[in-house]
Amino acid sequence: MSYDLVVIGSGPAGYVCAIRAAQLGLKTAVVEKRKTFGGTCLNVGCIPSKALLHASEMFEEAGHGLAALGVKVGAPELDLPKMMGHKTDTVSANVNGVAFLFKKNKIDSHIGAGRITAPGKVEVTAEGGAKTTLETKAIVIATGSDVMPLKGVDIDEKRIVSSTGALELDKVPGRLVVIGAGVIGLELGSVWRRLGAEVEVIEFLDRILPGMDDEVAKQAQRLFQKQGVKFRLGAKVTGAKANAKGVTLTVEPAAGGEAEQVQADVVLVAIGRRPYTEGLGLQEVGVAVDERGRVTIDDHYRTNVPGIYAVGDVVIGPMLAHKGEDEGIAIAEMLAGKAGHVNYDAIPAVVYTQPEIASVGKTEEELKKAGVEYNVGKFPFTANGRARANLATDGFVKVLADKATDRVLGVHIVGANAGEMIHEAVVLMEFGGSAEDLARSTHAHPTMSEAVREAALAVDKRAIHI
Amino acid sequence: MATEIRVPTLGESVTEATIGRWFKKAGDAVKADEPLCELETDKVTLEVNAPASGVLAEIVAQEGETVAAGALLGAIMEGAAGATPVAPAPKKEDAKAAPAASAPAPAAAPKAAVENGPAVSRIAAESGVNPAAVAGSGKDGRVTKGDMLGAVARLASAPAPQAEAPAAVRAPSAPDDASREERVRMTRLRQTIARRLKDAQQTAAMLTTFNDVDMTAVMELRAQYKDAFEKKHGAKLGFMGFFVKAAVAALKDVPSVNAEIDGADLVYKNYYHIGVAVGTDKGLVVPVVRDADMLSIADIEKQISDYGRKARDGQLKIEDMQGGTFTISNGGIYGSLMSTPILNAPQSAILGMHRIEQRPVVYKGQIVARPMMYLAVSYDHRIIDGKEAVTFLVRIKENLEDPTRLVLDL
Repeated sequence: MSYDLVVIGSGPAGYVCAIRAAQLGLKTAVVEKRKTFGGTCLNVGCIPSKALLHASEMFEEAGHGLAALGVKVGAPELDLPKMMGHKTDTVSANVNGVAFLFKKNKIDSHIGAGRITAPGKVEVTAEGGAKTTLETKAIVIATGSDVMPLKGVDIDEKRIVSSTGALELDKVPGRLVVIGAGVIGLELGSVWRRLGAEVEVIEFLDRILPGMDDEVAKQAQRLFQKQGVKFRLGAKVTGAKANAKGVTLTVEPAAGGEAEQVQADVVLVAIGRRPYTEGLGLQEVGVAVDERGRVTIDDHYRTNVPGIYAVGDVVIGPMLAHKGEDEGIAIAEMLAGKAGHVNYDAIPAVVYTQPEIASVGKTEEELKKAGVEYNVGKFPFTANGRARANLATDGFVKVLADKATDRVLGVHIVGANAGEMIHEAVVLMEFGGSAEDLARSTHAHPTMSEAVREAALAVDKRAIHI
Repeated sequence: MATEIRVPTLGESVTEATIGRWFKKAGDAVKADEPLCELETDKVTLEVNAPASGVLAEIVAQEGETVAAGALLGAIMEGAAGATPVAPAPKKEDAKAAPAASAPAPAAAPKAAVENGPAVSRIAAESGVNPAAVAGSGKDGRVTKGDMLGAVARLASAPAPQAEAPAAVRAPSAPDDASREERVRMTRLRQTIARRLKDAQQTAAMLTTFNDVDMTAVMELRAQYKDAFEKKHGAKLGFMGFFVKAAVAALKDVPSVNAEIDGADLVYKNYYHIGVAVGTDKGLVVPVVRDADMLSIADIEKQISDYGRKARDGQLKIEDMQGGTFTISNGGIYGSLMSTPILNAPQSAILGMHRIEQRPVVYKGQIVARPMMYLAVSYDHRIIDGKEAVTFLVRIKENLEDPTRLVLDL
């Protein structure tokens, strides 16, 4: 078989790349190791976790939120197998959707492990061991990422789980210890806390959500603590012993000091993810990787070997599905002779906790470090009418704008549906818009989004409702 | 599909231009690369060519408006080129009256390809700055609030030239005379010449030293070799090549003449870019012979004649006129006996050449007629001492009176 393009990996970066390439007339094939398409995101990441986040949120709402609104339902009862069924259905619908899109766009799919044997040659080894070699003009590596292991804490996906196992627990653990206060740890910790687990989060750094705006992280931590999550910051886990009853972790202060034992029924290791390039044959064909194992690319996604490109989690940048998707589109367009482009200054990031946390652009700390002078506009949801009506007054919107030009440099939102509200800031930033542009755009009343506009007004110290 | 017409890159240190005139009007059919309008900058006049074929749908920046590099000038609607000659530029009323089903009228093109954001519109309304004349830094060249604030700030910090000279209101002419006066707006080039010359006079401590040079040797050389020279090099052997060479040799001897003042520093330049003033019908331009120290007289002559032709045809590029370290101006071709040239700032000196005429001089104890020329060097006394200026001019004189010195690098 001979192709214009073979994409290795069918996660968001890979499948989107393949579809865009096919739209542009390239004869395209996808190689996928799993039995289903969609990669981590659709199978064991974004999509199933959102199914459980939503379901568990409804459970909590029924148990704690509805009474305050005058809706009596009694104590809700958890049907975990049913909830897991909802998750499985969601995943199936999505992965089948990708399979349909491949057919629709006449993309050949090859199920098996892909290995680059030479530029222009990809060998696919099916489960049974049968090997096929695909000939192609271009190869895009979109093999994504894998769970970062933690020394001394061996993942068995039963007692000591990764995000994958945490989506499959057959009963609610009495006590769940999450190692790592990043996005994945907080989201999955939230799921099981809502369903009844006692959750403690252990983090090496002295803050949660590293990389996010400090003020946002602090506020989020306060809100999570109010919900009952315990945090042990500045602590490292050095060992774990699992038995039939549970897990005993050895925890030390990060700065050094007395070790302590921490008991858990289930431990979730969520300290991050690492690029996945195992068995891909990179060394043999001479594709360079950096010190963190990421495939080295130039700004046109070219590796050092002509004809081999890479996008998504396997390359530099935030490990976000939508970042990978946009890179996949960009490289497909470039391969088709068009001008592909990703604006890395305007990529939103969302934490799907309750409340959600969403951000785009620079944090205050980044601006300070870069010596950029900026104005801050903030507006709390307590002053927003719709938020009060919805009993969703937790959180705030913060707009950071250049002091001289008023250009919006960053927007950070903590609040219900922050992940949906962030996009007006993304579009604004994509067009180099100013806080005033946002402030002068009419926002429907009554909406939570009015808080975004008020924060933009507050940049010029002229918020109306506070 | 509308294609935007934008102000091209104008070159370093040139940020704005004035629309000289439009060769086409809205509704005219245009071919790709056909000249659309003329832009006057501080240094050159350049033409903007059509980026695509079609119909000039709209002119955003009118004649006489000042526009920044990258600003929107107008738009071309593609694909309607064939249709226009048949149905020439529909007038507004016609377009209205025409049934909607007929071919879409190209003149009814979208107002502008790009809408302004609300903050930009607000600043435009309050300040009067036309966003179309501001270079946009946003997506697809959109003007951002920052761009507008920058444009407003530039306006505020650079008060209009008229404002600088207050009360220069011209006394009214007698009615009888007024009718016989003609008022013509200065071209941008003329305004720039005016401003720069006046700036140089105000900034520098400028004075002039004179000398005279016996041109016999150069003229004999010329008479002897001009045919052979032209045959070999395809350029005429003029005087300028000798003067440039003589000046470069003198600049090497007296480095301060090739230096400039930058704040509290002196910048000595170890390169010799010699500006040669050329008169054109629009005004004086000064193209630069770069690295003249490394060029032969033939190379210099060729470059100068090339520049002269380009200047007459209005084809000089901004790069051609940038970076000079010293200037030579030849008033002699118009018959000048003696003059005091004004510095070409930020340079520190300028050499004036004058007419050559037979004059009685004492030569080897006898009064004889010799072809003589007066030389003048105007210089900035802040950086060049009198002794240096005089030495510099004497060196030029010596090099010209005995061109062998140039050959021997004496």
